[in-house]
Amino acid sequence: MSKQNNLMGWIDARFPATKMWEDHLSKYYAPKNFNFWYFFGSLALLVLVLQIVTGIFLTMQYKPDGAIAFASVEYIMRDVEWGWLLRYMHSTGASAFFIIIYLHMFRGLMYGSYQKPRELIWLFGMFIFLALMAEAFMGYLLPWGQMSFWGAQVIISLFGAIPVIGDDITLWIRGDFVISDATLNRFFALHVIAVPLVLVMLVVMHILALHEVGSNNPDGVEIKKNKDENGIPLDGIPFHPYYSVKDIVGVVGFLILFSIVVFFMPEMNGYFLEYANFVPANPFKTPEHIAPVWYFTPFYAILRAVPDKLTGVIGMFAAIAVLFVLPWIDRGKVHSIRYRSGAFKVLLVMFIISFIGLGYLGAIPATEARTWFARIFTLGYFGYFIGLWFISKNENTKPVPERVTS
Amino acid sequence: MRKSLILLAVLLSPSFVWAAGGVIFPNDDISVDWDDKESMQRGAKFFVNYCMGCHSAGYSRYNRVGKDLGISDADVSENLIFTTDKNGEKTKVGSLMVSSMSIEYGEAAFGIAPPDLSLIARSRGTHWLYNYLRGFYVDETRPFGVNNGVFPSVGMPHVLSSLEGHKKVVKETQDDGHGGQHEVIVGFEQVSKGSMTTEEYDQAVKDLVAFMDYLAEPYKETRRNVGTGVLIFLFFFLILTYMLKKEYWKDIH
Repeated sequence: MSKQNNLMGWIDARFPATKMWEDHLSKYYAPKNFNFWYFFGSLALLVLVLQIVTGIFLTMQYKPDGAIAFASVEYIMRDVEWGWLLRYMHSTGASAFFIIIYLHMFRGLMYGSYQKPRELIWLFGMFIFLALMAEAFMGYLLPWGQMSFWGAQVIISLFGAIPVIGDDITLWIRGDFVISDATLNRFFALHVIAVPLVLVMLVVMHILALHEVGSNNPDGVEIKKNKDENGIPLDGIPFHPYYSVKDIVGVVGFLILFSIVVFFMPEMNGYFLEYANFVPANPFKTPEHIAPVWYFTPFYAILRAVPDKLTGVIGMFAAIAVLFVLPWIDRGKVHSIRYRSGAFKVLLVMFIISFIGLGYLGAIPATEARTWFARIFTLGYFGYFIGLWFISKNENTKPVPERVTS
Repeated sequence: MRKSLILLAVLLSPSFVWAAGGVIFPNDDISVDWDDKESMQRGAKFFVNYCMGCHSAGYSRYNRVGKDLGISDADVSENLIFTTDKNGEKTKVGSLMVSSMSIEYGEAAFGIAPPDLSLIARSRGTHWLYNYLRGFYVDETRPFGVNNGVFPSVGMPHVLSSLEGHKKVVKETQDDGHGGQHEVIVGFEQVSKGSMTTEEYDQAVKDLVAFMDYLAEPYKETRRNVGTGVLIFLFFFLILTYMLKKEYWKDIH
């Protein structure tokens, strides 16, 4: 036995290092037919790590104090060596995270990755999505610009729509009667430690659940049904090295797009960094047009589309809540869009158009005409789930192949 | 399919409404040439002479400006610094560019403290600044006797009037397309001369805006240069990783 084997043997007798390596990488058999849409899981993990690492370094210079927070961000941008790079990576990373997560979720919708037996993977994923929204929302307050301040003011005031206890809840969240230093401090604490801890734990559970049941694939067939004499799925290949080398290609492709934004258009025309956020927070001056950052705009548009505030808030939260129960709304047995009915395809296209339409409308000032479009899209959004419930019971599906197609 | 096409048309239609917005005058385009350091140097001179009496650029340091624009520390100290520190000595070159006007005094004098200008080119944009600084006209109803075609009822006096002189506004009544009528500014008429011609003044404002664009993101050039290198590396790395993937996957069918 070589020295290396001795060392690993010593460790393995005390910690399941080799077992974990094999269970999750070298002997985790993934379907061999993953396509473009399967890059986004590993990319989400990459961006999570990027956010944590850049975040740690930003925390070393940032000051969570209402009087100097804005100046400390500019200090990072101008006086800290490579500070601008850390900050732009972090701000671009936030948007990149949501782009990746939305595409990752869309993949799930297309190929039925939430269906039995992967309901818990989807649920953990939805909790990750919730935690990510909380993380992004609280992080956006920290630069302490006008949009940080007023965006937080608008979103926290939504809780005031809750009958009876609403005002007390908003007071409790803010720790003051308005957004203030107290709010900034607690958001900082939650943003840098509480929510990231929850996020990382949820990601671990998401991956453990995935590796327990095995990955879905673009054909939506179970590769575990067809195994060779050693119990290895015939259509499965070890994640490492096959998907590790493939995902590196995805990582580099992503980094190219990411770098184009970070180095050449960090504001992304005011979508990633809003122009009004280059003005320090001023509680006495409301900006002309308050828009949340783009990744919240679909839900914000639903809120504005409903005339009554409380109903609007309920609608907005329902738009997220309904995703949690998707595995039980979809009563179909066929997973992949490839073998599902035309009705399913129409519904999914309608859903995506509604989601993008809502995102667009939520970013621009509301007019009467736009509000009507937002209402139509809101119906399209919820219509997907209602329609899916009805069509999935006795769906006119195509025959599903026994093995994956290449 | 038809359903999705209709929805797509619906999706795109709100963009027509997008064009509507406030009408500003003047409304000329400007592009800032980051290679023209002389223009930025002249802009820095105008900035410290005409703006910094009231406005700070409090996130920026004098010697950083000097380093980036190619001005020596001695020249910076002599030509760009007119303030003293709390000991009564001349402000050091490593200091932040803070105006000597206090916020309290600014509020008392103008009703609202003159804002810090470090980031003004990022929050307002260079196009806005270029037209704003050329948009002052005589209006006796205003406290300082001037109004602005880009920022109506602005609280700032026409600080550059010794250079530009004063202009009178030419207005016209136009239909707003919704049955109503309102007055819009269509031009300016020079009523008193300054030390510069209109062309010279436009160039001076261009220099000033170029400097403020620099001031808002002094690391912009570094950012782009590093980015180019990073992209070139990633492009070759992409080819390499793709070939690696191909090699590993050649036995998978």
